[in-house]
Amino acid sequence: MIGSDVAVSALRKSFGSFEALKDVSLEIRRGEFFSLLGPSGCGKTTLLRVIAGFEDPDSGSVAIDGRDVLGLPPDKRRCNTVFQNYALFPHLTVFENVAFPLRIRKVPAKLARDLVMRHLAMVQLEAHADKKPSMLSGGQKQRVAIARALINEPSVLLLDEPLSALDAKLRQHMLLELDAIHDKVGITFIYVTHDQSEALSVSDRLAVMDGGRVLQVGTPQEIYESPKSDFVARFIGDTNLFSGRVTARRSAEIAVVEAEGFGPLLVEANGDAPVGAMVKVAVRPEKLRIGSKAPEGSDAELNVARGAVEEPVYSGFQTKYLVRCEGGASLVCLRQHAQWSEGNPDIRWKDEVYLSWSARDAVVVETTARHDSPAEAVAAAAGGLE
Amino acid sequence: MKRNYGPLYAGPQALWLAVFFAAPLVIIVAYSFMRRGLYGGVAPGFSLAAYRELANPNLLAVAFRTLWVSAAATAIILVIALPCGYSIARSRNQPLRLFLVIVPFWTNFLVRIYAWISILGNEGFLNDFLRALGLGNGIQFLYNQGAVILVLVYMYLPYAILPLFSSIDKFDFTLLEAARDLGASRMESLRLVMLPNIRGGIVTSILFTFIPIFGAYAIPLLVGGKDSYMLGNVIADQVTKTRNWPLAASISMTVTFITGIAAILYLARSRRSSASVQDSLAAQSGHGAGRGVARKPGAKGGLRGAVGKAAEAAA
Repeated sequence: MIGSDVAVSALRKSFGSFEALKDVSLEIRRGEFFSLLGPSGCGKTTLLRVIAGFEDPDSGSVAIDGRDVLGLPPDKRRCNTVFQNYALFPHLTVFENVAFPLRIRKVPAKLARDLVMRHLAMVQLEAHADKKPSMLSGGQKQRVAIARALINEPSVLLLDEPLSALDAKLRQHMLLELDAIHDKVGITFIYVTHDQSEALSVSDRLAVMDGGRVLQVGTPQEIYESPKSDFVARFIGDTNLFSGRVTARRSAEIAVVEAEGFGPLLVEANGDAPVGAMVKVAVRPEKLRIGSKAPEGSDAELNVARGAVEEPVYSGFQTKYLVRCEGGASLVCLRQHAQWSEGNPDIRWKDEVYLSWSARDAVVVETTARHDSPAEAVAAAAGGLE
Repeated sequence: MKRNYGPLYAGPQALWLAVFFAAPLVIIVAYSFMRRGLYGGVAPGFSLAAYRELANPNLLAVAFRTLWVSAAATAIILVIALPCGYSIARSRNQPLRLFLVIVPFWTNFLVRIYAWISILGNEGFLNDFLRALGLGNGIQFLYNQGAVILVLVYMYLPYAILPLFSSIDKFDFTLLEAARDLGASRMESLRLVMLPNIRGGIVTSILFTFIPIFGAYAIPLLVGGKDSYMLGNVIADQVTKTRNWPLAASISMTVTFITGIAAILYLARSRRSSASVQDSLAAQSGHGAGRGVARKPGAKGGLRGAVGKAAEAAA
């Protein structure tokens, strides 16, 4: 089995007055584990169904290995789908379900039996070959669906939220198994999910979608560390978002932002935040250090804020602190319990604390516009920022 | 201790069955074994005469005709009801469409038969229409087997549409997408995935139409001719004209017995594992799946064998 590359360009699809896809373009590379991530209704499932051939787009194109596949019915495309509800045929046994595509292709019996048993072995279900789907657990059904989708040796496997019906523990397990299967068969996986941790942990690259558009495409690290928009920053993991106006440049990389409810904030900005621009800045909670004393030493790139703990949320391996800063902003800080801290490590509710983080961890996610006069900036702020 | 009143709740139904089902049946069974009364009715005493009379070739001819007409009407009904049930289940306006299926029940059965007579009659609407178009002059539509089958189909169609609708409505249509995705054509996905999964509805439709049609009386009487006399008419004639009550009873018993056995077999079959369904389906469609092999309980890899054979035979 060899994977294919999939290219969609300028796809549009509406259902009545609802625009599910608004000009979506993506290039998915050969053999890649690619995730489509977004909240429900963002168009990710529609995109998958267009690639599979269940929906025709209103305009745009879909090409697999450079060949336009629009107009080809699903049975003529070399991609197979793992459905959200598994879609196993209830009247057939596990064996017959997996054998279904072979039966359609009229594969000789012996060859078919070997192929089916090999695929069942891959998902560790040989022992359940003669059971009906109704006798299987959710995870087992999932595995049958995967084996069945792979038996035609597709070059692209489409997975539509395949783990959403499983409980959290099983989900983790199946995710690793999926990753292992991907490594083994080497074909292209396109994985639809609304769960950012799933997408981050297994994807080679992912696309974050919202409102029928692709907002950002990149590796999990790129998406997490340098989100290109407010939405992406908030959708992927917890984030502290500041908005304000750039008031000065410290150096080529460091700018000062006068953040609402906070005050002057040092941020990393590589020329994309000229003085006067309105920006949004994201800082991941785990980048914040918390301590009962102000950090020592003089680091020119360190942001320090004083505040009071509003809410400590203990969860075993870490504690999440909600801290109200002096300026009024509320920040989230995650502290791993193995971590170093300054001063008293036992921080409790209502304690006075110092939060500190490097300017390098404060990422500009959106630059709205440049306003030279303060009056305009105020007007823009009052008008609501996009 | 709490007393269990459970069996009491079955009381009304038991009473209903006893009065309207068991009692008449017992009476008919008894009559069928009695002697014919001199002036009609029955005379006391045991006799098998009524059952011996069943071998009458005229009667057998009527029985076969009844079987043929019932089978033909049921088959036509299924062919119409399947797409109807499908389209209602897929419709956005299910309640209205279901309502329209049921509307004819509000008009009396006999009135609806007479309505057909006024459509199909020699001076009926259809002939008027054809004459207006200059096509034919008074075509004989009525009083033949075709008219009987047409009106039977019309009358019993809703009884087939409703169970088919309800089973198609419960069917998970993503299964069809899955089948298409896995390489099946549109027809293959309907035949191999949809049909086996709505089998319950198909069986119910057949039971609800074939059995009442087999006992049809009024329709062949009113729109049929000599060639469309059915068992129901023979029974009625034996009761009202020839006044041979034991014979009427023995014919009734035979019909009841045969339809009863058929119904029981069919229901039992539909409850069994659908592996055999798959087989018979594949066999019908010429795939020649491993008959027998799959049904042998405990035969190791039997089902696998069945699929394999299907693939082999087809290849």
